[in-house]
Amino acid sequence: MALDEVKIGGLGSSRKRVEDNRFIRGRGNYVDDVVLPGMLYMEILRSPLAHAKIKSIDTSAAYAIPGMRMVMTGEMMAARNLAWMPTLSYDTQAVLATDKVRFQGQEVCAVIADDPYIARDGVEAIVVDYEPLPPIVNPEQAKAPDAPLIRDDKVGQNDNVVFDWEVGDREGTDRAFAEADKISTISMHYPRSHPSPIEPCGSIADYDRSTSKLTVYMTTQAPHIIRAAVSLVAEIPEHMIRIISPDLGGGFGNKVPVYPGYVMSILASILLEKPVKWIEDKTGNLISTGFGRDVYLKGEMALRNDGKILGVRMHTDSDHGAFFSDAQPSKFKIGLMHSAFACYDVPTAHLTAQGVYTNKAPGGVAYRCSFRVTEAMYFQERMVQAAADDLGMDQAEFRRINLVKDDDFPKRTPFGFLTDSGQYEKCLQIGLDAIGYDDFKQQQEEARKRGRLLGIGISTMTEPLGAGNSREYDILGIKMFDSAELRVHMTGKAILRTGAKTQGQGHETTWAQIVAHELGIPAEDIIVEEGDTDTAPFGMGTYASRSTPVAGAAVSMVSRKIRAKARKIAAHLLEVSDEDIEWELGRFYVRGAQDRGVTIQECAMAAYSNVPDGMEPGLENNAYYDPPNLTWPFACYIATVEVDPETGVWDVLRLVAVDDCGVRINPMIVEGQIMGGLTEAYAMANMQFITFDEDGNCVGSNYMDYLLPTAWETPGFELHEVVTPCPHHPIGAKGIGECATVGGPAAFVNAVMNAVSHLGVRNIDMPLLPDRVYEAVQTGNDISGMPPVKTDS
Amino acid sequence: MTSLFEEVPVSIDNDIPTTRVEVTVNGERRAAEIEPRLLLAHLLRNGFKLTGTHTGCDTTNCGACTVLLDGEPVKSCTVFAVQANGHEVTTVEGLASSEQLHPIQEGFKDEHGLQCGFCTPGMMLSAVALLNENNDPTEDEVRWALSGNLCRCTGYQNIVKAVLWAGAKMRGEQ
Repeated sequence: MALDEVKIGGLGSSRKRVEDNRFIRGRGNYVDDVVLPGMLYMEILRSPLAHAKIKSIDTSAAYAIPGMRMVMTGEMMAARNLAWMPTLSYDTQAVLATDKVRFQGQEVCAVIADDPYIARDGVEAIVVDYEPLPPIVNPEQAKAPDAPLIRDDKVGQNDNVVFDWEVGDREGTDRAFAEADKISTISMHYPRSHPSPIEPCGSIADYDRSTSKLTVYMTTQAPHIIRAAVSLVAEIPEHMIRIISPDLGGGFGNKVPVYPGYVMSILASILLEKPVKWIEDKTGNLISTGFGRDVYLKGEMALRNDGKILGVRMHTDSDHGAFFSDAQPSKFKIGLMHSAFACYDVPTAHLTAQGVYTNKAPGGVAYRCSFRVTEAMYFQERMVQAAADDLGMDQAEFRRINLVKDDDFPKRTPFGFLTDSGQYEKCLQIGLDAIGYDDFKQQQEEARKRGRLLGIGISTMTEPLGAGNSREYDILGIKMFDSAELRVHMTGKAILRTGAKTQGQGHETTWAQIVAHELGIPAEDIIVEEGDTDTAPFGMGTYASRSTPVAGAAVSMVSRKIRAKARKIAAHLLEVSDEDIEWELGRFYVRGAQDRGVTIQECAMAAYSNVPDGMEPGLENNAYYDPPNLTWPFACYIATVEVDPETGVWDVLRLVAVDDCGVRINPMIVEGQIMGGLTEAYAMANMQFITFDEDGNCVGSNYMDYLLPTAWETPGFELHEVVTPCPHHPIGAKGIGECATVGGPAAFVNAVMNAVSHLGVRNIDMPLLPDRVYEAVQTGNDISGMPPVKTDS
Repeated sequence: MTSLFEEVPVSIDNDIPTTRVEVTVNGERRAAEIEPRLLLAHLLRNGFKLTGTHTGCDTTNCGACTVLLDGEPVKSCTVFAVQANGHEVTTVEGLASSEQLHPIQEGFKDEHGLQCGFCTPGMMLSAVALLNENNDPTEDEVRWALSGNLCRCTGYQNIVKAVLWAGAKMRGEQ
């Protein structure tokens, strides 16, 4: 009898999470929980100014404090050739400022002391003399002809432009626009936001001179990339570096890049020959580490009167801050912005993109998205709504006309990606039925007569998740594949390690489920380990929803290798030839004699005690998986809202989500991911943004100013599912962690716009703060979220 | 009850005065010689090695450091350790007995009320404070009681379910 897959915790089982057992007891092991003997503590002095020359640094008062060990300055770093480090995007970033500071919060000194309080005292005691320079806080200022040069450190950099990039078919798109009945336009700002995991970044570097080995406990989503980067920057041989990423208190993209604090703790440990712990405070995290978004989006859509989209033009101006330190595939300068319109049948499109330096924190990380996909889908869904409105067409009907049909796969997107599966119209219809679309429109009409503003907004999208394939995806030339290693012990229990790194996604639970599905070993008999570069196989880490599409596939493939060997052992034990062996979950048997069989556990025992002649003993293997394509989940999010015209406050009435992420490994965890993503989408639409005043001061440098939704504001969510298996993934799964963050914002914004568009309002930039909505309702004007520009008055 | 004395590492060469505090932590009497400026969160984490209490934001907003002080939820990153002198503190480590989880812990696991786990200890202690007052709260009462605790992973819906689950268990209905 084959095993019951759900009972052994296989695919489709909403197995309770094994990692919870330690977290609910307060026994997690986050980086700040790690204590090493003789450990010292590091704190960072940050620049209070956005742009200034450093005239002098006086550290004498800091050194006078008892318990002080060392104050590191840019000069000290420069003497060791470590004042600058390479970024993940072929730029350089200052580790400690030498010549000048280029954003508020930039690292100026690092203080190492016996105790964190003493280190903080030391930071306060340092005196830095700055000569202020004019700050640049947006792309328009950056591109002005007389703009001060931010990156005067770079040879050959004569302006503030990071890149000019284009993709798509310019001539074809021009022709489509020439033939259009109507051209719809939109102009928006996707504001700067910070992923802001509750746990900030930190590291403990421990250099042991007796072995020449460097061990670093670090908040990183990609430990192997960090190992390579540290090896290159610090010139330590790669085998002498061990990166351990312990439990992570959230990541969301914030914990992908290499930050100066990590590098300084490493150098401090080498110089002082003691472990050095650096734990960032929240302000340090918010003002200096990888933000997301900050892109100006301009779009034009060529339309036929019957609703058919003929072509799209997109232009983006992105603000990368002082250093281009995005973490994204090296081929694509503005991430996967060109994945826009992948779910629609759009014959031709063209995208131009320009990135600029400003005096703001560096970054442009993929905040819970695949490399700018969030901006792409927001662009797409706001453009689609504007086009439907311009044509006087129902927004659901306009989507239905243009969505790719089920029979059209595989389908080239307008920018050349290949989508391979989906049931887009079905998802849309489930969403419309669930929300009661026609009834709501009627209610909306009636409410409007009584002065109440109701709105309904739709967002439908497919997004490319799971970089690579390695043909197109690399970071600094390192190809984007992933890995798994499985060791089955003689009693049939197992340990699995992968190159991914969980940050709350529940890999310890779900990876075991994939093994259970492939081998019939109960999930509870498998432990999962990640994050230690000395033990885990090489992988590119967890971000961009790539764990299940890539590392998860590797788990399947390594399990199949184990099964293939076990099959030979089974044939040996059953004294038949390989071809006469059949497999059912957890057991091999002789074809035609189902009662004559051996379990996977019996094969495991035999692998260590009774292998056939000529076979290597043991039951271990590894797999490196390079996916043939990205995975393409689809989502339909529909929000209904009520806007209060007297205050500008808007409330979510309902949010219906229909997600098709292919086969669900653990439905409970998938739903948890969707609800978390929807909350971040709601946050961005409603309150969450980082802005700067005209002097380059970061507004939103702590949780009093940077608003995140609590349980009180966050609406409830209604979840629905469709399953279209991924045709190339071994178990048919697609990425899911980011879909709701990516597709969600447009649903909320489209709903508010739907409530107020009859007043003449076409766009309000996110976040839709009450004052912005109020002004739009009262004036009928669009509201721009563009940060302020300094004017001489 | 045992009486323990533990020293918090401070640099003894400086001239900052220290003071002795005695706190009952999870039912055990503990004492330490500390700088008056030491925060309760740091006494618990660094002094008493109870690292289940997390510090997330430094500004009393995120609630990851929430503990119970004489049964009331407080954010221990904004309480001086000396303010806890002579009082009782409950941390996440004090919720379960050696054999039996607290209903709130069972609820969080059963309803998938956590993902990365960083906010979870503070979230559970705020919930326990509510349930000790009212073990049959409405969803709105739960949401209001937890509105001083931030979570970036879950979207709160399952956290609310977990608290309602624990309430039912405490009422003998689960």
